[in-house]
Amino acid sequence: MKSQKKPASPGYRLYELLSSMRFAIGLLTILSIASVIGTVLKQNEPYPNYAFEFGQFWFKAFEYLGLYDVYHSAWFLTILAFLVISTTLCIVRNGPGFLRDMKGFREKAAEGSLKAMKHSRELAVSLDEAQAVALIQQRGMRYKRSQRDDGSIVLAAKKGSGSKLGYFFAHIAMVVICIGGLMDGNLPLKIGELTGSIVPETRELPQGQIPAQSRLGANNLSFRGSVTVVENKSADVIFMNSGKGYLVQELPFIVTLKKFHVDYYSNGMPKLFASDIVVTDKASGKETPATVKVNHPLIVDGVAIYQASFGDGGSPLELKAWNLAQPQSAASEIKGVSLNSQPLRVNGQDYQLEFGDLRVFNIENMGKREADGKTLQQRMHDVREVKQDTKNLKNVGPSITYKLRDSHGQAREFHHYMAPMEQEGALYQIAGVRSEVAQPFQYLRIPLDDELKIDSFMRLQAALKNPALYDEIARRTTAKAMQGAAISPAMEKQFGDSVKWILSRFGEGGFVALEKFLDDKVPADKRQAIAQTYIKILQGAVIDVMAVAQEKAGLKPWTQDEKHYRFLLDSLVTVSAFNDYSAPLYLELQGFDQVQSSGLQMTRSPGKNLVYLGSLMLVIGIILMFYVREVRLWLVLRAGSVRVAMSSNRHNRDLDEDFDKIVGALSPRAGEV
Amino acid sequence: MELLMQQPFYKRLNLGDWLFALFIAVVTGYTFSLYGSRMDIYEDLILLGSGAGIVALGWFWGNWRWFFPLAGAMSLLAIQLYDHNLARAGESFGLKYLLSSQSSFMWMCTLFFLATAVYWAGLLSRSALLNRIASGLTWAAAAFALAGLFTRWYESYLIAPDVGRIPVSNLYEVFILFCLITALMYLYYEAKFAARQLGAFVLLVISAAVGFILWYTFDRQAHTIQPLIPALQSWWMKIHVPANFVGYGAFALSAMLGVAQLLARRGILTDKLPKAEVIDEMMYKAISVGFLFFTIATILGAMWAADAWGGYWSWDPKETWALIVWLNYAAWLHVRLVKGWRGEPLAWWAVIGLLVTTFAFIGVNMFLSGLHSYGSL
Repeated sequence: MKSQKKPASPGYRLYELLSSMRFAIGLLTILSIASVIGTVLKQNEPYPNYAFEFGQFWFKAFEYLGLYDVYHSAWFLTILAFLVISTTLCIVRNGPGFLRDMKGFREKAAEGSLKAMKHSRELAVSLDEAQAVALIQQRGMRYKRSQRDDGSIVLAAKKGSGSKLGYFFAHIAMVVICIGGLMDGNLPLKIGELTGSIVPETRELPQGQIPAQSRLGANNLSFRGSVTVVENKSADVIFMNSGKGYLVQELPFIVTLKKFHVDYYSNGMPKLFASDIVVTDKASGKETPATVKVNHPLIVDGVAIYQASFGDGGSPLELKAWNLAQPQSAASEIKGVSLNSQPLRVNGQDYQLEFGDLRVFNIENMGKREADGKTLQQRMHDVREVKQDTKNLKNVGPSITYKLRDSHGQAREFHHYMAPMEQEGALYQIAGVRSEVAQPFQYLRIPLDDELKIDSFMRLQAALKNPALYDEIARRTTAKAMQGAAISPAMEKQFGDSVKWILSRFGEGGFVALEKFLDDKVPADKRQAIAQTYIKILQGAVIDVMAVAQEKAGLKPWTQDEKHYRFLLDSLVTVSAFNDYSAPLYLELQGFDQVQSSGLQMTRSPGKNLVYLGSLMLVIGIILMFYVREVRLWLVLRAGSVRVAMSSNRHNRDLDEDFDKIVGALSPRAGEV
Repeated sequence: MELLMQQPFYKRLNLGDWLFALFIAVVTGYTFSLYGSRMDIYEDLILLGSGAGIVALGWFWGNWRWFFPLAGAMSLLAIQLYDHNLARAGESFGLKYLLSSQSSFMWMCTLFFLATAVYWAGLLSRSALLNRIASGLTWAAAAFALAGLFTRWYESYLIAPDVGRIPVSNLYEVFILFCLITALMYLYYEAKFAARQLGAFVLLVISAAVGFILWYTFDRQAHTIQPLIPALQSWWMKIHVPANFVGYGAFALSAMLGVAQLLARRGILTDKLPKAEVIDEMMYKAISVGFLFFTIATILGAMWAADAWGGYWSWDPKETWALIVWLNYAAWLHVRLVKGWRGEPLAWWAVIGLLVTTFAFIGVNMFLSGLHSYGSL
């Protein structure tokens, strides 16, 4: 709009600024840039994460600017508010004119202004009014007739007024969408927090003990939060993150989780997450059973319930505890519940056993990247092939994590798999350990015996660490060596002592202990040879260790074959590695009774329909604005001549064509004046 | 496209239009007679809607009348050759070298590269013939792309019934969709504005996408067909993704037209390119179509998000960047329509717009984390 001539008051100038295009474009630009911040900086993380990432100074600075929740910060909402104001004022300012324009035909247009139009021509043809009206109507245009003082008749025609309507639709839509969004936003919460009537809770408390100032009533109009429900348990509140803490939102109903389902495709990718729930209305007691799936929420009482996550819900576990400090003692049974902790007394020491997640499915990517090490030709072939994804995802079966915390509060964390895992053709039980949460787990693999159990390994380990058996083992190993004429009779005693010494050294500290001895006591140039000898003796002796262990347990001796020999060699590695396991116990997961939990997200968003309405208006508005062309046509009928003038809201080739057509339609009858 | 024409539109339909409609109606009816007994009411409506949509597109754009049946026939032939057996992909000559989805896509890549080269030769030598050949190559590439997508859809069901899904669900597939849509939109405007010289520029952006597809295929083996994770098992995907790519395709097209316009205005290739004003108008048309579809796609995305993530707007990085793209082009259109800007500044803006759009399309998946992570590299 052109500025007015009269001196403008400050109020009017503000109105002009706010409703102006440049202000709106400026806002759009600022809004875009501000929006980027929230996509670069992860939003709504727990505050300690930010403090850790940025350091105290920047953490405080960013917190002050509200960068951890940009889209709900006061300044961002202010920009949005200005956008709404600007759009509204734009409608107020331009609307009346547009409306007049839509209604009017401009039949009073002066001859001069018609003549000045870019598409305007005076044709020397006499056209009677009926012909002119036919010409107009043929084109689907509406018209208005007026007569000038000089007697000439003006037929002012137009079509495509919807284009202007599009302006109203699109701009009102923006306001409607913003209002809808505002209704669903957390503005009331923010105000509540500012005035102190709502205080986020920062402590971890049982739900029932959370004070009223952190609770929101079930009549709250709009909310979005989540809750974890364990199978066969119920929830009647949800939790919402709020700055440094959280708030509790009461629900008008109780949700009970009956069962949680997970399904997988044959390649190991997840196929279905679903919760069978029953929703019981608090007031009427009416029960609604339903299954909530990803993409298929349940809507009850205006609250939509979504499948958001899942996990372990605290499953009863059966474990076998192998005493590592006293390997001779028998294994015992322990019962526990995942996600729970219990005291445990081992060899006179008190520990706290803290179970973590029981994970029944562990989908691991077992394959290497396919393209590695292939020739171009193979790749060309692969590329033409139509096949399913070969990531080689595999379910490696259940696993449990637990921490064993001693009386000083020191803990080590363990990650044990239950099912046998195949590696290089043999089966193992895999167990991981770490002393700090930040570290990755160090895994050891325990070879499994013919019954797919770790019992034989444990027996072997116990025997290796039992000095009382060394004499018998050394005797057998020596005898075997004599038989094979590997040593002379004179060496018998010395060899037997060596076997015993190696066994005790290995039993105490594994390969590391032997290596340390070599480093300390043996000249560097001889280490290699002696190490070889030690390993040879150990590899020979381990057969006898197993035989003695079997006899002692009253079991049949093993047949000597390659598979068993590999078992024994693997066992040596694992026994050695167990020295870094540093735990009094090895807990073997024997069985469980899975109890799952489901993370349900619940929202009430009354503004949703308003947003959808606004969206629909926006689309209609855009279509009208861009695809309906407003065209105006004036025919001024005079005796012996006609003035044809056309205008459009867009000056483009279409108007040129239209004008030429109309002139063409009239031209056969006349030449130009 | 003008909604209000000189005459009511049905009066302007000619025999060809009606024959095409009849043909599609017969095909739709035949499809219904084959599968109708297993379809629910929604699927009936979808079939009907698809038929109507194809007819409408054919009425609006003459070339569609042969293009769609051709691509359809190619994929039907592929299905015939498969004969319910995926292993036939390696046995049947026709599938192995021509019509299996992967072969189709490789042909598409080759033809797009060829078309780019020929368009450039045509532009530099001012040869109308070369430009026509390049157009033909682009049409062929687009036919292979569309047929390949249809065939891939069928192949996914051959792998396992529960794996079957529409091929618009990962980055590899949407890149092919991007090439297809950008090429088709360009071919439409090329004919409408008689501006074949611009293919040299538009095909550059398609070739870049093809380069990405090839790298993605050879290095990352991305062409393997994966089943849908639960978050993607939704009807919304089938409309949200294509609508989005009409938007992306149009914005990419407009940016390349912007480049051509800038060159033309600076005396580079000016004598070989169409008039700058014509390019300017094409650019505006492309952006207005793109803006409309991008708006629809974003709204559809919001409605899907309301079903899947528990809120129609979560300020997820992808959503936020979609908003930024939308605001960018909203501003572009405002200054053109209200302020009457033309020419160089808008051309520059369209080119920069492509950078923003590309970041929203790929950059977000590569650099930012969020709920759209299944589109990651």
